[in-house]
Amino acid sequence: MMIRILSVLLALIANQILAEEVVLGLSQNRVAITANFDGSKILIFGAVKRETEIQQEPPLEVVITVSGPDQPVTVRRKEKKLGIWVNVDSVDVDAAPSFYAVATSGPFHDVLSSVEDLRHKVSLPMAIRSVGAPTNVEDAQTFSEAIIRIRSKSGLYQMLEDTVIVDQQTLFQTSIAMPANLTEGDYETRIFLTRGGKVVSSFSTSIDVRKVGLERWLFNLSRQKPLAYGLLSLAIAIAAGWGASAAFRMFRQT
Amino acid sequence: MQIYLPIAEVSVNAFLLLGLGGIVGVLSGMFGVGGGFLMTPLLFFIGIPPAVAVATEANQIVASSFSGVLAHLKRRTVDLKMGTVLLIGGLVGAGLGVVLFNYLKAQGQVDLLVKLCYVVFLGIIGGLMFFESLNAIRKSRKNSAPTKRKNHNWIHGLPFKMRFRVSGLYISVIPPLIVGLCVGILAAIMGVGGGFIMVPAMIYLLGMPTKVVIGTSLFQIIFVTAFTTLLHATTNYTVDMALAVLLLVGGVIGAQIGTRIGTKLKAEQLRILLALMVLAVCGKLALDLLLQPSELYSIGASGGH
Repeated sequence: MMIRILSVLLALIANQILAEEVVLGLSQNRVAITANFDGSKILIFGAVKRETEIQQEPPLEVVITVSGPDQPVTVRRKEKKLGIWVNVDSVDVDAAPSFYAVATSGPFHDVLSSVEDLRHKVSLPMAIRSVGAPTNVEDAQTFSEAIIRIRSKSGLYQMLEDTVIVDQQTLFQTSIAMPANLTEGDYETRIFLTRGGKVVSSFSTSIDVRKVGLERWLFNLSRQKPLAYGLLSLAIAIAAGWGASAAFRMFRQT
Repeated sequence: MQIYLPIAEVSVNAFLLLGLGGIVGVLSGMFGVGGGFLMTPLLFFIGIPPAVAVATEANQIVASSFSGVLAHLKRRTVDLKMGTVLLIGGLVGAGLGVVLFNYLKAQGQVDLLVKLCYVVFLGIIGGLMFFESLNAIRKSRKNSAPTKRKNHNWIHGLPFKMRFRVSGLYISVIPPLIVGLCVGILAAIMGVGGGFIMVPAMIYLLGMPTKVVIGTSLFQIIFVTAFTTLLHATTNYTVDMALAVLLLVGGVIGAQIGTRIGTKLKAEQLRILLALMVLAVCGKLALDLLLQPSELYSIGASGGH
């Protein structure tokens, strides 16, 4: 009996020294935005590597986040002026991810304590950084809530509680659907292992989202040589206009 | 088939765009209107960002008016001299319009401005067209003689007179310059050619003969919209070539079909249908401005600083 308790205690100590580590796999580590891109589903799976026996209590939980590149955005609010709805107040948010998904293996607040959430910036409100809201707008908080609401509606922000499947406290997997209107960039993928709300291990990697082929070429041209891009658009337009009238004339004569 | 638009950064159905281009093309062929004033609001409805819709539509109009002006050049119904004067005003106007557009974009009011312009102009044009064609139908039933247009008004008293041989006019260059300027501003802000304003202005204000009006208007629209396209492409990066090409293909095919349908149907009754459709688009846009939106907040890219 004594030996048994001792071994459990030893195991507990050993666990705290030798952390559990994440070995991760992704179904794809790059997403190519092609001309017929229609969203993408990424399978994230992995295993927990450990030198010791599996600790039973508290159970191992997994939190996975995928976040797109941060962008500064301006949130505007409409008000009724002279009978029509116009943008009146605006708040500049320093950085809001263009895409953000959180997947957990249980209810969010059971899996991650609010202290750890604050430290690692996991939940949606934490991921949006807004420093120095203008003083003329009183309820600046509602503006960042609006970002979450609007982007959640279009599938850009996702809170996926209870979607990570954890098997035998060792294997885990989830899938995250990325919508069609993605911005390109490095999508940081983070995995947190938690026990009792505390992060015991974390791992991060990135998914490369890029426009490729024609999309890449057109986008680069429009930014790097806007004049050439504009002239090319005009050339296409004029050729199409001339072609249509010429084709129609031939069609009429025959 | 979904297609990802590289500049608008949204994914839309390619057949929807081809269809929209086609339907607006049929209408423009049938009624002899540019179609930009219908296409741009339709692009708003399917979720293309307004800035991209306006810039890309200007590009598409270049194609449809080029196609049209070729036919008019053959028939010698283009007043190149008048077109050039209108064009000078138009280019200045387009420049001013893009500056105004960018200023309001930074202020977050560009959507409002574009939509307000649409409500006002679609309302006026739709209303005028509706009553004009009602009158035309009534007249054709009574079979009365057409009223004579008066030829002399205050415009003929202005200085800097010039002779326009093709139009058979000897008038001051100031009114055509101002007409060109106003249409240029509208072209830049609304993403339209402005033919629907230019044509009545040329007939009623400048007193040009109707047979040269459409060709001349198309001639100067090509240059003004081409200039607008370039300005939007170099300052806002909002011209989406993929979107333009899809709309073009549908548009030019639709226009040819529309021309054939148009010759077989009764003009006044079709015009009433078009007027009703214009008023419906106008009504939808007006309701958006007047009713409380379900989402009061909107997200825009940080601009202006």
